[in-house]
Amino acid sequence: MPTRRHLLIMAAGSIWTAASSPSVLAQAVPTIAAAADLKFALEEIAARFRADAGQDVKLTFGSSGNFTTQLMQGAPFEMFLSADEGFVFRLADAGKTLDRGTLYAEGRIVLFAPKGSPLKPDGNFADLRAALQDGRIQRFAIANPEHAPYGRAAEQALKGQGLWEAVLPKLVLGENVSQAAQFATSGSAQGGIFAYSLAVSPEVSSLGSYALIPAEWHAPLRQRMVLMKNASDIAKSFYAYIQSPGSRAIFRKYGFVLPGEAA
Amino acid sequence: MDWSALTLSLRLGALTILILLPLGVIVGRLLAFRQFRGKGFAQAVLALPLVLPPTVLGYYLLVAFGGSSPLGEGWQALVGHSLVFSFEGLLLASVIVNVPFAFQPMQRGFEAIPPDVREAAACSGLPPWRVFWMIDLPLAWPGIVTGLILAFAHTLGEFGVVLMVGGSIPGETKTIAIAIYDRVQAFDNHAAGVMSATLLLLSFAALGVTYILSSRIGRRHG
Repeated sequence: MPTRRHLLIMAAGSIWTAASSPSVLAQAVPTIAAAADLKFALEEIAARFRADAGQDVKLTFGSSGNFTTQLMQGAPFEMFLSADEGFVFRLADAGKTLDRGTLYAEGRIVLFAPKGSPLKPDGNFADLRAALQDGRIQRFAIANPEHAPYGRAAEQALKGQGLWEAVLPKLVLGENVSQAAQFATSGSAQGGIFAYSLAVSPEVSSLGSYALIPAEWHAPLRQRMVLMKNASDIAKSFYAYIQSPGSRAIFRKYGFVLPGEAA
Repeated sequence: MDWSALTLSLRLGALTILILLPLGVIVGRLLAFRQFRGKGFAQAVLALPLVLPPTVLGYYLLVAFGGSSPLGEGWQALVGHSLVFSFEGLLLASVIVNVPFAFQPMQRGFEAIPPDVREAAACSGLPPWRVFWMIDLPLAWPGIVTGLILAFAHTLGEFGVVLMVGGSIPGETKTIAIAIYDRVQAFDNHAAGVMSATLLLLSFAALGVTYILSSRIGRRHG
């Protein structure tokens, strides 16, 4: 069948041209790794950056710890926005970064209850305490405190209020804060603690109610970003753009506290 | 080394193959000996988990068995806790994911029985259930055991579904594969290395037995 063979060769040829086309290589859109709590805020900043600067960035969201491991092994991200500055310093000490980075935001956490949950979220854990005692809570979602900064903050808040022992058998652990939010909103858990920045987004806030947890209840979530050694000019201009007043306003809208400002 | 994660994985694997054994023998034998309308369709459905990403199953489990779905609410009313974030949920997922791994070798095992042996047995007046006990099972067992071992080993390695619907609860849903992932994320490469080596040895042993058994099927009827 000559026609079919002809088609196959054409298809293979076009894949080859697409793969090796110089226009694709010349654009070289930088890939940026970002902590999962930035999901909504950074998407919005990147959309503005594309409009303002006419340049594109590719965002990948995940757990800061996982990105750090990958960057240690030479993952090709050009910039890293961590949910915790410890990870950035670890990379800087290993000589993987341009410098020791910049503090760009401080994160807050919320107590969240999905629609139909018997839990009523309040900022001093009063109903959470009661609900843990009377068995209204069967599952409670937080990010894994072993490696997720927001999970660690949730653990500190619960421990500080003397609720850790009671909540421990009920815990389900998200791989990162975004999965913890997914667990807490799904209706399969009666509540959870995750990033304020996720809770204020329309996608999440429509799924239930939440209360802000006092900042003094956990160690500050000092979020630091850094350029990697391989950073391109586009990545560098995005790094500067994130510190611009417009971007700071977006961070503020998503409930972040900005460096040099009071909560 | 996270022993509770390892024993949880072993328990999950053992229960998975315990459920798949009778199902696989019945369905595998049916598919091997019977011709019926829609057989191709049935085989395609049973083979689906081979090609679908585990995340697809994880997604359906979350949506279909989540607390806000009718099925999830029914389950919750029946047993008192949700199916996601529970061992039962993982077991259900694991059984579904392993259907092709268990069924296909079993079907091949039954297919390898020479038809004249079964016909001779039937001609001698053996009732069907005795044909099953005295002819089918003794001849098809390498296929059956291969299916069980593959399903068991595959359960130990299952990661995607567990990550999506498990919630990493120690002793309940934190399997060895998840424990390894957690240790790597926590920069604990030593523990991750020990557990990975354990899993490597277990999987290698399982596959070794499988290959020895399958060469046995070939020798007998090849």
